Amino acid sequence: MARTNAALLQVEGLSVFYGDFKAVDGVELSVDAGEIVSIIGANGAGKSTLLKAIIGQSNRVEGRVRFDGADLAGRSTADIVARGIALVPEGRRLFASLSVEENLRLGWAVGRKGAIGFDEVWRLFPILEERRRQKAGLLSGGEQQMVALGRGLLANPRILLCDEISLGLAPIVINDLYAIIPTIKASGIAMVIVEQDTTRSLAVADRFYCLLEGRVTLAGIPADTSRDAVMKHYFGE
Amino acid sequence: MVGALINQLVQGVLLGGLYTLFAAGLSFSAGVMRFVNIAHGDFIVLACFALLTMTTTLGLHPVVAMVLLLPVAFAVGFTLQRFLLQRVVGEKILLVILVTFGLSIIIQNGLLEVYGADTHKVAGGWMETSTIALVPGVNVGLFSVLTFIAAVIVVGSLDLLLYRSGIGSKIRAVSDDVAAADLIGLSSAWVYAMAMGISFVTIGVAAGFMSIWSNFDPSAGPTHLLIAFEVIVLGGLGSMWGSLAGGVVLGVAQTIGAQFDVAWQIMAGHIVFLAVLVVRPNGLFPKH
Amino acid sequence: MTREQRMLLNTLRLALAAVAIGLAAGPFFLADTQLGVLADFFSMLVLAIMWNLLAGYADIVTIGQHAFVGVGAYAFYAFAALAGVDPYLSIPLAGVVALIVALPAMALLFRLRTVYFSIGTWVVAEVLMLGAGKIEAFGGGTGISVPIEILRAFGLTRSGRLATTYWLGFALAMFALGSTYLLLRSRFGVGLMAMRDNEESAASVGVNVTRARILCFLGVAPVLGITGALITLQKLRVAPQASFSIVDWSVLITFIVVIGGIGTIEGPILGTIFFFVLREYLSDLGTWHLILLGVSSIAIIMIDRRGICGLIRRFALPADLISIAHRSSSQNL
Repeated sequence: MARTNAALLQVEGLSVFYGDFKAVDGVELSVDAGEIVSIIGANGAGKSTLLKAIIGQSNRVEGRVRFDGADLAGRSTADIVARGIALVPEGRRLFASLSVEENLRLGWAVGRKGAIGFDEVWRLFPILEERRRQKAGLLSGGEQQMVALGRGLLANPRILLCDEISLGLAPIVINDLYAIIPTIKASGIAMVIVEQDTTRSLAVADRFYCLLEGRVTLAGIPADTSRDAVMKHYFGE
Repeated sequence: MVGALINQLVQGVLLGGLYTLFAAGLSFSAGVMRFVNIAHGDFIVLACFALLTMTTTLGLHPVVAMVLLLPVAFAVGFTLQRFLLQRVVGEKILLVILVTFGLSIIIQNGLLEVYGADTHKVAGGWMETSTIALVPGVNVGLFSVLTFIAAVIVVGSLDLLLYRSGIGSKIRAVSDDVAAADLIGLSSAWVYAMAMGISFVTIGVAAGFMSIWSNFDPSAGPTHLLIAFEVIVLGGLGSMWGSLAGGVVLGVAQTIGAQFDVAWQIMAGHIVFLAVLVVRPNGLFPKH
Repeated sequence: MTREQRMLLNTLRLALAAVAIGLAAGPFFLADTQLGVLADFFSMLVLAIMWNLLAGYADIVTIGQHAFVGVGAYAFYAFAALAGVDPYLSIPLAGVVALIVALPAMALLFRLRTVYFSIGTWVVAEVLMLGAGKIEAFGGGTGISVPIEILRAFGLTRSGRLATTYWLGFALAMFALGSTYLLLRSRFGVGLMAMRDNEESAASVGVNVTRARILCFLGVAPVLGITGALITLQKLRVAPQASFSIVDWSVLITFIVVIGGIGTIEGPILGTIFFFVLREYLSDLGTWHLILLGVSSIAIIMIDRRGICGLIRRFALPADLISIAHRSSSQNL
């Protein structure tokens, strides 16, 4: 193996099946404590499936996922979240009839219980404190994404999996969201950022993987990799 | 004449309290899990027989028996959901219907085997025989008033539980988006099991009052399911206080129907139910 | 499929055809009691096929189909015994009445979704049963026997009547099987199965989901009504609890279809056979046979949703006995 220290999250030869269809094919990746890893790829490349498999929501899985040395095979999502991996789901997936505060509190209730509490979340997202009693379903897209992020952070994860947080949002809003990412990193939380949009995610990432049809086609450091190379492996040839 | 009518109305409203007790647990579980347990009425009857055995063979006071039964009821509901019904939740509704239908038949015939076909009743002692004058001239049975109060307490408690407690927000979250709950680490299976357990506690309470209020026999389950069902559809799916309204409407309809012909009592209820369905397909107080 | 399996499949198909032909000639070589049992079998089979069509293919789960059976029973009595209509004609007329009742019932019930719809059908059945029990001309709550003159129209001797009832039942069963088979092989049928597998996708490719459901519901009602008329001939009387029996015409049917294999053509047949065999041996057990059926039903759902059919498919023969697939292979009938 290339790395000498055991990574915080180690994915070894992971394949995920939907029936006979192989959505993820022999993926190898790792995430170290505190680093930001970007996973890019076109629609249908298997990015969301990969994250769901890591969080324990896939049925037919081959290969291995290790977190802090421990094999996550067969563990329930609730168990995995309690151990320190939280998912910000694609499309936000808030509980629409619950208030902002209730949504956030759920994130805290299922998590590890640590330094991050409501105060920290209000500090990151002041507008949410104003809207804390509103039903989550009534918020704007950007505000909902903030709630989803806050919900994930309140679980006090060691790794935060972010599934397409820029989806469907206006550029200004996306900028605001991405501006928060360094703050999260500074608190020691590692992040896996899955995006179709390469520019922003590669700009914040320490390392990246490119997925095409379920396979890793390219891995490296954004600064060392040319845009052409990325495009080539994003779309495949 | 008017006095008699008012008397009937009051009786009907109080009967509605009993019906609300039947329906409360069903409304809770149906609202959360979006399926209706067809064996709900049979479980109420099962609980009645359990109370019968506890009060006659073990000689316990009815109230003591009911209180002791409640944690058992919770455990039964939790286990039933966790290990049997969970395997068919979310799949085609057909499977849930078939499994709970099967349970209904098994319970009815099991009770028949054990207790025989006779009707039974739990003796309520002074609670049963006392009357109370709500208003001068209107005398009602104390027990029916107690039942109505119990119904209000149960409905109110469930409402409080849903909207002001941690478990309540978890239940509402799973009800909103079960897949999302699982994704963020909130085990929907566990939440469903808790909801079912709570639903079964209300079944225990309903049985506590029903066993004293009227006769029951092993085949009485379906009748109570239909009543509960009509109450929750009338009241609006997902609304706990709506169930109280639905129960009262049904109770009044039946009591007034009974005035014309005793045998019309049940028919009247069904007809009012169907009529309301025509006019207000989402019930009287829909939440969703 | 191996050669042995193909041979087995074809042998079974031949056997099935032979049995059907044999049954057609039943009254010539079967004893009276056997004719009675088989007439009963045919009624249950028709009800099972109809319930399976609705629940297994059209996604309409009813637990109140006994409503239409009872309506057909009472309508038959009304036409034949009260209105003096030709008894043979009264049978299809019973079906027409069931259809007429189905229209407002459907308008009411289709406002309800899923399980609420199912229980709603039960409420309608209850109302109809209670209503029927109120009408004096039908003997009120205790019911009334079919007059002997009406019965004589179906045969002057008891044996003759048994034979006629048998043939009527057989004809209805063949009709139910045949029409279901043709329906499922037609474009409409393919649309139904697409709808069952995934309603949204089906709607997006142009299957009119609501219309399909309406047509199925309205198509099944008259058949149930006619079955009710035939059951009246078998039972020789109408009565609220008997003609509208939820246990006989809904509960048992549900169990039968589930155990046989819901959503398959062979399922209702296998399930009804299973039930009748069980009944012969379990008739002394009383309530236990219902408990056993309930437990089997639940067990089947947990183990293999496709019932006996599914088990056969898994362990013996991976093919349809009565195939409705549109593959151009030798597997088609």
